[in-house]
Amino acid sequence: MSEVNQETTQQVVQEAEVKVQPKVFYSEIVENGLWKQNPGLVQLLGLCPTLAMTVSLVNGFSLGVMTAVVMAASNASVAPIRQWVPTEIRIPVFILIIAALVTIIDLSMHAYLQSLHAVLGIFIPLIVTNCIVLARVEAFAAKNPVVPSALDGFMMGFGLALVLAALGGVREIIGKGTLFSGIDLVFGPSAKSMILTVIPDYHGFLLAILPPGAFIGLASLIATRNWMAQRKAAREAATPISAGLVAH
Amino acid sequence: MSRSPYLSSAPSVSVIMVKVMLALVPAIAAYVWVFGAGILVMLALASVTALASEALILKLRKRPIKPFLMDGSALLTAWLLALSLPPLAPWWLVVVGTFFAIVIAKQLYGGLGYNPFNPAMVGYAVLLISFPVIMTHWPAPLELAQAKFSFANQLEYVFGTTNGLSLDAVSMATPLDYLKTQLTLHHSVQEITTAPQFGLLGAKGGELVVGAYLLGGLYLLQQRLITWHLPTAFLSVLALMAGAFYLVDATHFAHPLFHLFTGASMLGAFFIITDPVSGPTTPKGKLVFSAGIAVLTYLIRVYGGYPDGVAFSVLLMNMCVPLIDAWTQPRVFGHKK
Repeated sequence: MSEVNQETTQQVVQEAEVKVQPKVFYSEIVENGLWKQNPGLVQLLGLCPTLAMTVSLVNGFSLGVMTAVVMAASNASVAPIRQWVPTEIRIPVFILIIAALVTIIDLSMHAYLQSLHAVLGIFIPLIVTNCIVLARVEAFAAKNPVVPSALDGFMMGFGLALVLAALGGVREIIGKGTLFSGIDLVFGPSAKSMILTVIPDYHGFLLAILPPGAFIGLASLIATRNWMAQRKAAREAATPISAGLVAH
Repeated sequence: MSRSPYLSSAPSVSVIMVKVMLALVPAIAAYVWVFGAGILVMLALASVTALASEALILKLRKRPIKPFLMDGSALLTAWLLALSLPPLAPWWLVVVGTFFAIVIAKQLYGGLGYNPFNPAMVGYAVLLISFPVIMTHWPAPLELAQAKFSFANQLEYVFGTTNGLSLDAVSMATPLDYLKTQLTLHHSVQEITTAPQFGLLGAKGGELVVGAYLLGGLYLLQQRLITWHLPTAFLSVLALMAGAFYLVDATHFAHPLFHLFTGASMLGAFFIITDPVSGPTTPKGKLVFSAGIAVLTYLIRVYGGYPDGVAFSVLLMNMCVPLIDAWTQPRVFGHKK
């Protein structure tokens, strides 16, 4: 009796797993990348470029977008071959794929955005070593189909890019009193007029540009995010369930 | 008739802070005598900023405001920072430095008793790396200045209300700075120290302030607010380092007494490194800590990029304090090591 029961429960569990697995919530992927599991503010992965390249908004956001492109492409290329990669050597295989994609990005930037390439320099090839790229490949693309994987890679990368842009913007305003400086490196010399002088006649606060400014700035962003999340949780806890039902 | 041993009560935090501030009064008086009354404005600015930012952050942290404000620790940090800055500086420099010292270096780490770094020195280091030009622009002592700044002029400079007044007219390289730049031009120490800003032992005028710090420090020792370990080890190791280099090559390295009586040596020895919160607690640890600061200070002065190194040395050694404390635990009575 009991054996039969066990078997049926196992079957039920297996069937349930089969049913659950292909069901992917796209909105959840987007929310995880941008807010809930944001790589820059929650997972704290990929801190090297986050701290080193955010001296200005343009620098931070450009590197973030490059990372997002690499992450979408690497997730999309790992997902279809996930069944055939032996578990024992998956990390070297993933790294090779990521390295090939980063090389493509690096060479194309060198060809089409040379001045920006000169500014970002070594940090573009270093996207290979950025742990968030491998982390998403390993944690998501190795277990999920192609389309959700690509979306996950892009959204995680874009979440990081937004953090890099915010941190770059804050450091640039406090450090130099400007915003969008270096935008001419992306859109050509005619874009120079887009550079905003936020604080006119500014002495410059060098600390914000120097490495300590990156740490203090990132810590403040993380604190702000935690504070917002806590406030949201407190508000949700304070609302009684019945009240929510009535409102509906 | 009562008999010994008597129970002595430990002085409260605010009593300690008031006594330390009292010990700073001779130095402040010397500052006013040498550089003019501008320093009083700087002290007032720093005090107001410190109290306001401490109150603000205590409110944000939902802590009782009045007892923490009244303990005087914020005020003392403000005073030490103001006395480390050039005696004449724009108002925003004082405000930014004090705000940073209180909010980031002290309160964000948990407030009084929890800060691993000396708050005043964090404020000073932030200002020095952010605004190196203003921070190394010291006004010349009044007796040497070519153009005399009246108190009204000083106020105008601090609050930036005039356009015509520039500190360039009254400023002078400090002896440590001057020594450093002139040595790179292959002058000997003996030639360099004949310049007008050099006094008997250290900086002309500045020596008086340094002497006042020494006086205040001795008062702290007499009141047993600090123990002998920190200042003695700091000053003697600094003198030993300077003496060794001086004996090897007297044309390139300044006299040990010069190092003791210029820059922040005395202020550091008695008022900065003696901070009980960010310093070590064991007697042996105090010796290691202050000797480390002395060695680093001398190396930064002679080989570093900045004229003085007390602030950076204190911060670097602050980082080592947990390790020093762990390694210098005294043997507990009845226990083997």
